[in-house]
Amino acid sequence: MTSIPRRGLLAGAGSALLGLTLAGCDQVSRNAGVRATLARAEGLTMAAQRLILSRTALAREFTPADISPDFRANGSLRPAGAAYQTLVASNFADWRLEIGGLVERPLSLSLEDLRARPARTQITRHDCVEGWSSIGQWTGARLSALLEEAVLKPEARYIVFHCADRLDAFAEGDRGLYYESIDLVDAFHEQTILAYEMNGADLPVKHGAPLRLRVERQLGYKHAKYVMRIEAVESFAHIAGGRGGFWEDRGYEWYAGI
Amino acid sequence: MDDPIKPARTRPRHSLLVRLTHWVNALVLLVLLGSGLQIFNAHPALYWGHASTFAEPWVAMTAEPKGPGLAGYTQVGGLKVETTGLLGLSDGERRGFPAWATLPGYRSLAEGRRWHFFFAWLFVFNGLAYLAWGLASGHFRRDLAPRRAELSPGHLGREIRDHLALRFPHGRYNALQKLVYLAVIFGLLPLMVLSGLGMSPGVNAAWPWTFELFGGRQSARTIHFLSALAIVTFVLVHIAMVLASGPLRQLRAMITGGETPPPVPGAHL
Repeated sequence: MTSIPRRGLLAGAGSALLGLTLAGCDQVSRNAGVRATLARAEGLTMAAQRLILSRTALAREFTPADISPDFRANGSLRPAGAAYQTLVASNFADWRLEIGGLVERPLSLSLEDLRARPARTQITRHDCVEGWSSIGQWTGARLSALLEEAVLKPEARYIVFHCADRLDAFAEGDRGLYYESIDLVDAFHEQTILAYEMNGADLPVKHGAPLRLRVERQLGYKHAKYVMRIEAVESFAHIAGGRGGFWEDRGYEWYAGI
Repeated sequence: MDDPIKPARTRPRHSLLVRLTHWVNALVLLVLLGSGLQIFNAHPALYWGHASTFAEPWVAMTAEPKGPGLAGYTQVGGLKVETTGLLGLSDGERRGFPAWATLPGYRSLAEGRRWHFFFAWLFVFNGLAYLAWGLASGHFRRDLAPRRAELSPGHLGREIRDHLALRFPHGRYNALQKLVYLAVIFGLLPLMVLSGLGMSPGVNAAWPWTFELFGGRQSARTIHFLSALAIVTFVLVHIAMVLASGPLRQLRAMITGGETPPPVPGAHL
């Protein structure tokens, strides 16, 4: 009997077949048609969440005792470039948040102006797309109040957040810049704020100073840091990669409620 | 058939819907496992509670310097073992699970999520079709609900001895099989969906019980992982049982439906 060589042959054939199958999987995963099909589940997920779940439900708020001592910072930890360093050096005294696009009254607000606007403080859980969570306390201006002050034009459907950090140094032009977008359901949600404080102190640079978005019912990458300009748009197809955000342009879901 | 008074009803051993949903589920679970491990690899550590305690994970897969190079390690609770080649470090790359276990094989959290959520929907639709049919057709009551006599210690003891001796009664589910199938169908698989929803910030906001049920989002993630491990264990034992009890006959039955099961002794109980 030649059972051992045969077994070896079988094992060889088996692992070759497995290798082919796995390589096949990767090829399937890279296929544009397959990617487009898989991406359709996002529409179903968003429709189901918006249909079944309350649109105004508040994310769970925690107590000061729950605050994570080790809240992790992700993405850019300090934007490069002289302009941002100058802002940091002056403690953002000359910084202005521009609110424009499809609004009746464009605004230009200093940190002091923002602090004078309707505010909210909340202790919430930050869920990273990678799988980890940290709990922090945020104080910031309510986005709904700012948008009411600027008065959205009727055709405005999305709010886009343009940021100071270039997260992809190799991408051309504005494609490497961080940006995010949310729709009006989330923009006018009670817990959606532009945070200038974290855990009772000024927002640290690594967490997005001077201003970061908190959109509590979505994953961490929606919470744009280093927000410089807010733009109301009808569509975000013309911005950078056209998918509504830095990570969205790189294959992540625009609706990050899951 | 040629009995003029009472024609014998030929019912296949596995109905068409059971066969269809079985194979769809098999494929779907395989994709969910591979894409789930891809997602896990984005942060190969597990915690209990609401938030991550980065310095003290419950489970962690890491790559650390050893001699001139790196070695992969897996830590579970207070136990830490070297797992180079499998967990923590494989093919010279820092990664939780190795390339052959993840979908896609190369590192891509975005693509892993796309696969996972698309197939999660398929899993839910397929599961609901099976549950609806199982209830409506009497499949659960007739084929899976154990009879009282089957649950007696004597009977269960005999079945355990039969299993250990690899003696399997043909055609019908035995009581151990029924209990395990019921636990998987009504326990493990729904737990998979629930612990998955327990990680969704959108679902968490509207239905806080989805994470409170587990004691927090990080606990839900840990339970999701452990449930997946339990399903893998079930599938491996399931396949082993098929191999031990006449694989060709069993496979044929799950594809073509198979022959009508013989009458059950003591079915009148």
